[in-house]
Amino acid sequence: MSTVAVRPDSRRKGVGLGLVAWLVGILFFLPIAWMALTSFHSESDAATNPPSFGAALTLDGYREFFGAGGGASPWPALINSAVASLGSTILVLLLALPAAYALSIRPVKKWTDVLFFFLSTKMLPVVAGLLPIYLFAKNTDMLDNIWLLVILYTSMNLPIAVWMMQSFLAEVPVAVIEAAQIDGARLPTILARVVAPIALPGIAATSLICFIFSWNELLFARVLTGVVAETAPVFLTGFITSQGLFLAKVCAASLVVSLPVLAAGFAAQDKLVQGLSLGAVK
Amino acid sequence: MSATTTAPITATPVRTTRRPSDRLRAWSTRAPLLPALVFMIVVTQLPFVATLVISFFDWNALYPKARHFTGFDNYQEVLTDADLRHSVWTTVLLTAAVVLLSLILGLALALLLDRKFRGRGVVRTLLIAPFLVVPVAAALLWKHVLYNPEYGLFNGLLHYVGGPQPDWISNNPLLAVEASLIWQWTPFMMLILLAGLQSRDNEQLEAARVDGANDWQIFRHLTLPHLRRYLELGALLGSIYIVQNFDAVFTITSGGLGTANLPYTVYQSFYQAHENGLASAAGVLVVIGSIIIATFALRVVSSLFREEASRA
Repeated sequence: MSTVAVRPDSRRKGVGLGLVAWLVGILFFLPIAWMALTSFHSESDAATNPPSFGAALTLDGYREFFGAGGGASPWPALINSAVASLGSTILVLLLALPAAYALSIRPVKKWTDVLFFFLSTKMLPVVAGLLPIYLFAKNTDMLDNIWLLVILYTSMNLPIAVWMMQSFLAEVPVAVIEAAQIDGARLPTILARVVAPIALPGIAATSLICFIFSWNELLFARVLTGVVAETAPVFLTGFITSQGLFLAKVCAASLVVSLPVLAAGFAAQDKLVQGLSLGAVK
Repeated sequence: MSATTTAPITATPVRTTRRPSDRLRAWSTRAPLLPALVFMIVVTQLPFVATLVISFFDWNALYPKARHFTGFDNYQEVLTDADLRHSVWTTVLLTAAVVLLSLILGLALALLLDRKFRGRGVVRTLLIAPFLVVPVAAALLWKHVLYNPEYGLFNGLLHYVGGPQPDWISNNPLLAVEASLIWQWTPFMMLILLAGLQSRDNEQLEAARVDGANDWQIFRHLTLPHLRRYLELGALLGSIYIVQNFDAVFTITSGGLGTANLPYTVYQSFYQAHENGLASAAGVLVVIGSIIIATFALRVVSSLFREEASRA
């Protein structure tokens, strides 16, 4: 804002618009706040009309969700999701880091073409390959196997990771690397001492974004897993049809399953746009 | 940029007498790239080729012996089948409505957040939150907690003002799905447009203000042209993600009440009806649609990419 001449009416307008921004922010957050509040209500308090805002708080919804009432425990599904998300994120890093290196610091010929090939695979819809993958899994006994999801989630996130890493590694000044080479530093030393400190925050953000996308995925998991390898979103689809009074339980379930994503998302907040726009926006 | 430093090497016209060490060096440059490249080709391109092949067969998984080549029959069936044609139309409507509305809302929010005010960081965090709810969980939240006609929050709040108690999902099924998606995607658009706003040239804005331009003139003649690329990028990336949406349709309406979009239809035709050939043909059509969108998207991304590169 200009420091020269802030007229009083423009300052009042600024305060007014700030209030509007607060109002809209609260409005957008309201469903989540309501979900959180409902998750701490008893089932009978959760299902009243008009809503009971001040009802007594209880952890029953969470106890129910974690299987206290005799329902299926969500732990296997949560663990499967963790394996699929963390496993694929590690695999993505192992594949994307060398690739990004070959596209930025020591670029191959026509490196932009390669970069755009990666991007174009992201635009191929999931349904385009779903059936052959399903048939392949069925014939090789890979159905309901969490490692199949690890492979597929890696392919889903690799293009994003290559793009993001490329843009982070390109920020490492070539002159610094050349100077280190002249001083006789070998490649591992250069990577550890010169490249890593500059690129590490970006690599961390990339990992968090890959984690979010894998954790959220439903279509592959729904088609390719069953009882054993079921992931958390597939577990949530069990709540699609109403089961009597179950609002507090649904809210607790939705919140618990979303917590890792909310945490990862807020941690990666500053790099979120860059990841989602495939590195096009910085 | 770093690309120019390799240019002299490639330009030397000694093709006939290329030494083996050059070739070795070229391969050592390429080597780090190969695992990722091979992985992507095997996992994403091969299945699509298989889809393409299957789409020319009449193949119901329940009658595997009756499988035979039918040429373009599946495509003809997909394009003439009333349900499938309807799902194409639903996909277009859903994508267009969600992208346009979340883009407009996102622009308004980005403009609000571009100004300094007390607690701006908090408001930004509140606004991003909807995007960080797991899509299935968000769809469950809207379906059961907000839309439920008996005890949902919407009708609960309407109750206070003595309003009607509509059955939101049954009355407007597609709109119900769209609203939940707009809630989730507006933050995405806001983030991209906010990045666009913050990359504006401050000196130019100051100069315009000194010359007596008012807020509307600055928005119309400076901000909007600058944001064009970012609006395009948001629209195209949003389209790519929402054309493929499965979670919300699957959760809120289970594809019923005329809300089945193409991804849901493809899922249903092979997962429940076991019509492999038909599902593949529909899948290929989704790909053709995506390629049309993607061509534009790639053009926008590459122009932004070049702009960033030239600035660096």
